[in-house]
Amino acid sequence: MESSVESQTMNSQVVDGAAIAHTAHEHDEAANSMFGFIVFLLSESVIFLSFFVGYTVYKTNAVNWLPDGVSGLEVREPLINTLVLVSSSFVIYVAERFLHKDNLWGFRAFWLLTMAMGSFFLYGQAVEWRSLEFGFTSGVFGGTFYLLTGFHGLHVLTGVLLQTLMLGRSFIPGNYDNGEFGVAATSLFWHFVDVIWIILFVLIYVWQ
Amino acid sequence: MTTNAPTGAIAPNVEQPAPGAPNNWRRFFSFSTDHKVIGIQYIVTAFLFFLIGGLFAMIMRGELITPDADLVDRTVYNALFTMHGTVMLFMWTFPVLNGLANYLVPLMIGARDMAFPRLNAIAFWMVPVFGIILMSSFLVPGGPAQAGWWSYPPVSLQNPGGNLVNGQFLWLVAVALSGVSSIMGAVNIVTTIIKMRAPGMGFFRMPAFVWTVLSAQMIQLFGLPALTAGAVMLLFDLTTGTSFFDPIKGGSPVLYQHFFWFYSHPAVYVIILPVFGIFSEVFPVYARKPLFGYKVVAVSSLIITGLSAIVWVHHMFASGTPGWMRMLFMFSTMLISVPTGIKVFAWVATVWGGKLRLTTPMLFALGGLVMFVFSGITGIMLAAVPFDIHVNNTYFVVGHFHYVIYGATVMGVYAAIYHWFPKMTGRMYYEGLGKLHFALTFIGANLNFFPMHPLGLQGMPRRVASYDPEFAFWNVIASLGGFLLGMSTLPFILNMVSSWVQGKPAPDNPWRAIGLEWLVSSPPPTENFEELPNVIAEPYGYGKDEPLVSNASAMIGTELAPTPSP
Repeated sequence: MESSVESQTMNSQVVDGAAIAHTAHEHDEAANSMFGFIVFLLSESVIFLSFFVGYTVYKTNAVNWLPDGVSGLEVREPLINTLVLVSSSFVIYVAERFLHKDNLWGFRAFWLLTMAMGSFFLYGQAVEWRSLEFGFTSGVFGGTFYLLTGFHGLHVLTGVLLQTLMLGRSFIPGNYDNGEFGVAATSLFWHFVDVIWIILFVLIYVWQ
Repeated sequence: MTTNAPTGAIAPNVEQPAPGAPNNWRRFFSFSTDHKVIGIQYIVTAFLFFLIGGLFAMIMRGELITPDADLVDRTVYNALFTMHGTVMLFMWTFPVLNGLANYLVPLMIGARDMAFPRLNAIAFWMVPVFGIILMSSFLVPGGPAQAGWWSYPPVSLQNPGGNLVNGQFLWLVAVALSGVSSIMGAVNIVTTIIKMRAPGMGFFRMPAFVWTVLSAQMIQLFGLPALTAGAVMLLFDLTTGTSFFDPIKGGSPVLYQHFFWFYSHPAVYVIILPVFGIFSEVFPVYARKPLFGYKVVAVSSLIITGLSAIVWVHHMFASGTPGWMRMLFMFSTMLISVPTGIKVFAWVATVWGGKLRLTTPMLFALGGLVMFVFSGITGIMLAAVPFDIHVNNTYFVVGHFHYVIYGATVMGVYAAIYHWFPKMTGRMYYEGLGKLHFALTFIGANLNFFPMHPLGLQGMPRRVASYDPEFAFWNVIASLGGFLLGMSTLPFILNMVSSWVQGKPAPDNPWRAIGLEWLVSSPPPTENFEELPNVIAEPYGYGKDEPLVSNASAMIGTELAPTPSP
């Protein structure tokens, strides 16, 4: 086993050690960035996991879960919001496919549609927040509700800002000559934000 | 600092303009992306905070040398022990170990730099920023946080001054920034180890230090977010009046303890694992024997990482924890002594029958190992629920973790600094001063921390400025040990500064050690390797006549390549 590894690497050394090392170094950068970004997202997911566990512990142990005068959460509008956000994950995927086929305008159109859907979600969230009769300091229920939806909303906002940046950069000539890490990472982040929302929606709105 | 002697003239074998020499010290104050510069930046910055944290400890020991609270005010004492713990963990141990990992990991795995050099520099420069934020809490009304380094609510939620920017607020901001910096570092180090290894450098050819750093940084990645979540909620409770952890408003202070210890117990392994790696590097070199059971030692680091995630409740045996939970976590806690015991066994077997050279790094490693075994024994005692409840919140606990964090960790860090000092600076340190430093540290640490065990068994509570006169005897001894520990840093500082300025030039491999970092010049050139090494052997080939790499001469880019295997 060791000899095969050895001969393989020896061969590459024979060609031109320094040149191989140099190109390997350049070549690795996009793959390294993606790997690092995935590691970061895994770590970030633990913050959400902590909040979810905290929410579950509070809810199952609470004596008076809902604040006085609050009978529960309206599900209809948040459900529409959920459908929009989940669909946008498919739209961003289509945008990525267009970019792979070097169809820049197709990419930009679907990318812009994703941004519009993300912005609609944020708008819907703001409308919901304004209609609620409880606030951040209304007991543990109010605290966890705004903490979870707010922290997630911050991620959606970050995603839309990253998408704006990527859209702008798509107009730079030769932007994709060195790979599409920025687009791929933004897209992965968007799927992440999407999956987190599904769990959040089930925890807060479905399980009442 | 302003030496005129060009190092190249003294050391003809060093062709580079000696990047480790102090004559171009300005780069240590720049936004350098060189992992070796960042490593030294981390180590020196952390050491400055170590001195500050040590000063806090010495004021506390001064207070405790008499039973009455006569040296400082009780609130000042509270602030001192809070800041001592916070500084020592977040500003000394994490950064200094990150510095060693930064410096050594790319060299050891045969990489030119870390995977993300700019991220690396940003992560480092956050350390002085949150350090200054934490220190500035001495200047705000009410002084620094007083709730201990764990900041348990409801104590940490008290804000008698009514100011938004109070000591506890600044504490939370500093710890949150420290978390961001640590996550950046962890993403960087993990990516570097997984993706940047040289040709032929398989996982089971990595030095044990790299294994332990990988295991430790994985803990940062899964554990730190939990503390961040708890800190964010505590910050909202403190500033906006939410009720997450406020029992009066329906919150749960125990939940905070879970968030805190879910990270802060594994954090102990973030600290101790790289020190295990240092022991595994140092013992083979000075015993001239391969590391005993290398693969098992390597894998046991990962086992510790896994187990570290399921032991945290042993900090909460006295927090109203139900019986089944106590049993479960007592069991898991004792289980973690198995992989740890494997390592201790391997180190003893490595040293056993070796040709020992008692240099300063070897002395520190041996001293650290002895103190670690002692802390392991008291650790098993504390894992037992009945015993833990008996000594809960006493000095026994304080003594135990100081043996871990000073006895093993600080001694291990000193061993590493001496061991790699010639590589980092291109200069030799003074052996005599090093041995004096070891003697003062070893005696001082044991005088300081051993008395805490009988004090705890007698029932002396921790975190109090005054105590019953019956505890006076052991406290006086502990205080004398504490002052001795303070003094012990003086020969170290003298040694490091004078050696770096005018020490004897170091050869590439002064210890006849085996490892990629010892094949390049001292200090290593920018980008480390002329040509990436092609690794063909396992590490620690002591006593075997086999080369470590197949391209040693091309790798260092000179005609006069040293023999790869001493």
